[in-house]
Amino acid sequence: MADLAPAASRAILSRRRGFPVPSENAVAGILVALLCVFLLISIALPLYALLSKSFQNASGEFVGLRNFAAYFANPILVDSLFNSLFIASLSTIIVIPLAFTYAYALTRTCMPAKALFYALALLPLFAPSLMSALSLVYIFGNQGFLRWMLMGNSIYGPIGIVIAQVTYTFPHAVLILVTALGLSDGRLYEVANALGTSKTRIFRTVTLPGAQYGLISATFVVFTLVITDFGIPKVIGGQYNVLATDVYRAVVGQQNFEMGAVVGMILLVPAVIAFGVDRIVNRRQVALLSARAVPYQPGPNRRRDIGFVIYCLVVAVLVAAALGVAVWASFIRYWPYNLSLTTANYNFPRFDPNGWGPYFTSLKLAVLASVIGTTVIFTGAYIIEKTKAFPFARGFAHFLAMMPVAVPGLVLGLGYVFFFNAPWNPLNIFYATLTILVVNTITHFFTVSHITALTALKQIDREFEAVSASLKVPFWNTFRRVTVPICLPSILDIAVYLFINAMTTVSAVIFLYGAQTKLASISIVHMDEAGFIAAAAAMATMIVATSVGVKILHILLDRYVLARFQFWRRK
Amino acid sequence: MKNMLKLGVAAAALAVATFAGQADARTPLTIYTALENDQLGPIKQAIEAAVPDVEVVWMRDSTGVITARFLAEADNPQADMVVGLAVSSLMMFDERGLLASYAPMGAEALRDAFRDDRDEPTWVGMDAYVGVICFNTAEGAAAGVETPTSWQDLLAPEFEGRIVMPHPASSGTGYLTVAAWLQMMGEEDGWAFMDALHQNMAAYLHSGSAPCVQAARGERMAGIALDMRGVQERAMGAPLEVVVPSEGVGWEMEAAAIVDGTDHMELAQQVMEWLTTLEANLVYQQTYAIVAHPDAQNFPDGYPEGVEAALIDNDFGWMAANRERILAEWTARYEAKAAPR
Repeated sequence: MADLAPAASRAILSRRRGFPVPSENAVAGILVALLCVFLLISIALPLYALLSKSFQNASGEFVGLRNFAAYFANPILVDSLFNSLFIASLSTIIVIPLAFTYAYALTRTCMPAKALFYALALLPLFAPSLMSALSLVYIFGNQGFLRWMLMGNSIYGPIGIVIAQVTYTFPHAVLILVTALGLSDGRLYEVANALGTSKTRIFRTVTLPGAQYGLISATFVVFTLVITDFGIPKVIGGQYNVLATDVYRAVVGQQNFEMGAVVGMILLVPAVIAFGVDRIVNRRQVALLSARAVPYQPGPNRRRDIGFVIYCLVVAVLVAAALGVAVWASFIRYWPYNLSLTTANYNFPRFDPNGWGPYFTSLKLAVLASVIGTTVIFTGAYIIEKTKAFPFARGFAHFLAMMPVAVPGLVLGLGYVFFFNAPWNPLNIFYATLTILVVNTITHFFTVSHITALTALKQIDREFEAVSASLKVPFWNTFRRVTVPICLPSILDIAVYLFINAMTTVSAVIFLYGAQTKLASISIVHMDEAGFIAAAAAMATMIVATSVGVKILHILLDRYVLARFQFWRRK
Repeated sequence: MKNMLKLGVAAAALAVATFAGQADARTPLTIYTALENDQLGPIKQAIEAAVPDVEVVWMRDSTGVITARFLAEADNPQADMVVGLAVSSLMMFDERGLLASYAPMGAEALRDAFRDDRDEPTWVGMDAYVGVICFNTAEGAAAGVETPTSWQDLLAPEFEGRIVMPHPASSGTGYLTVAAWLQMMGEEDGWAFMDALHQNMAAYLHSGSAPCVQAARGERMAGIALDMRGVQERAMGAPLEVVVPSEGVGWEMEAAAIVDGTDHMELAQQVMEWLTTLEANLVYQQTYAIVAHPDAQNFPDGYPEGVEAALIDNDFGWMAANRERILAEWTARYEAKAAPR
């Protein structure tokens, strides 16, 4: 937007002076080209660098599959692969039924306080993944208050990883399943009831098939999130090695970039499969709901509703506890010997060389990623969706924009290391700067924002562009005067989404920070590594407080300010 | 509507401008370090007060990580100086010609062991740290385990799954301890001792502090860690005993050096000069028991007795020359056994 405003005013000026207005196609072409260049540099080339690195030796010669052979010849590393698959499968098997039941309660019952339960389930989205692992140390660690529940087993290992991963991925699954269960044709249920079909049979033949695509999608999302998450096994994995911690050790600890690239490629596999399945599923989903479908309206059923309230209460309390315990622990003076309350753990200079610096760097990153990212993504989506020229280039830009969702943060970060730190690359002056962190964060979360923007834009009738064209108003004026004001709620959604993810992400940036650009989430990893777990919990608390604060601001703004401008939407 | 938009754009522009405008007239010196986190703030302040043109930018990680990172960047060094890194690592860098020679004037006053006495010295010693045992007496009493007094005591079956130690590839304390066992006991017996100790080990952590912090919190019963962390945790109220094993303890010196080819040679030399002063040593002394300047020597309260007598006759040259071999052997023996489970 900001880069369009001068263009628009220049256009007006030049018209006054009698110069020709720059052609709409030229401007659109330049913008499409810029978007393509940005995405090529920020996603395609880093991935290519990762790919080629995995086929090279340390001195950069092509060695074919030798790195992969070396990987599979090492029993420790192969164990990590099986450990990762085991952890990811188990977490998925646990989280999907939990989330499905929860989402069912939110969409198909008449239980009270649905909004509150929904909000509680989404809470982990506002925290770095490793925060729940920090809580688990206090709950089930060797000095944990519920340690007896593990019956002598150690929390440091697969048990801890799975519990923490379930908490971390739960909201992601709930979000998808609520959408899937929300899309249902009430007529099917009416017919089934009229025919006297039993409840279980309805569930099996109507509800489950209706939600199957959501279930498949959620399964893959959760599996990919778990297998590529780095923070949780780092904190609570003990001696249990997984792929994500192997990458970290190979790259940061041993500077063995080739092996890091091999593991990165392996991590890419489930994510790419998930992406492919999701595309197929989405294509079929469209056919499911016809235009004549009637949304299902659940009727009250006291026993069922009370049962679901109890279930949701238990799950929501557990999820909230997984974060809350860390918050509480961050105020304790010396666990477990001195439980008096203190703010000493927030005195970060005692625990981290950069003190409060990482928190403010994170804030800076979040603001920049949010402002720049929203501008680039929304303008890009507009050009792709609403302009007519250069159909091939626009298609290519859209293809590139859809790529980041298939690339886990850890893998993207690795690609950046190989691409932006290469000696031949003139862009390597940006290595370890805030610029590269901003670009990485925008790219990492590009696809979801892009889809949000496209969805909002598709709702606006193309007539606006047609009318503008016939009135000889250039598209940037339509964009500024019509499109942006109408889409303001979605633009704000994108900005907040980018902000919160920039605050919480760990895995994408762990390889990219420099001496002056350490982030709060990385500082948590470092403080935990040095044993300062209370200070780590304190920094995690700062991140949650900031993200939740921004979200509340967003809700208020949406409800009380934007609502006034969106008044026309109401009938 | 328009005003809202303008307001938003203005606010965003202001935010960007504020962030971009934080320029600093001082010259940033990127310094790689493995000093403990709580030591970095005071040393940075003191350096910046002594050499006002310098802004210290720390790049901190554990000894093994910083060493690996520095070697990996050898073709395109990112650091101007290395301050507070194990001298055995600095000797490896020196061997590959990555350090610039400089003889600070103040080095004369330092203790002999802390001086590079070659004609073209590259490093200057700052402090030394020792690998000791942190033992949680409350947990020990609860489990009926007596305070260990020697390394051999740690092999007792009561310690099974209750000891943690630093991973030698990551942590300087880990490597100095492994190197000390090998030097004291000889290679064969040293590895046999570690094989036995491995049976009791709960985890190999990636920091020289963390094992002691975990022992202090009762998360583990005993942790092999650097001396001062134990003293500090004890001072904060942890039921902790800092044990100096009777066979002797390994130690490592931390030193400073200038990276060859730095753009800020003059400033780096000024920092080197300051690092050898008594004033600087008094700053180290706040967090280290053993420092380079004899006049700054002063054991803190609660520091275990007999440490200096127990220090082994450490051969840093041997530690530097054998580092890669020992770490490869260690990894082959213990990572393979530790990984599954």
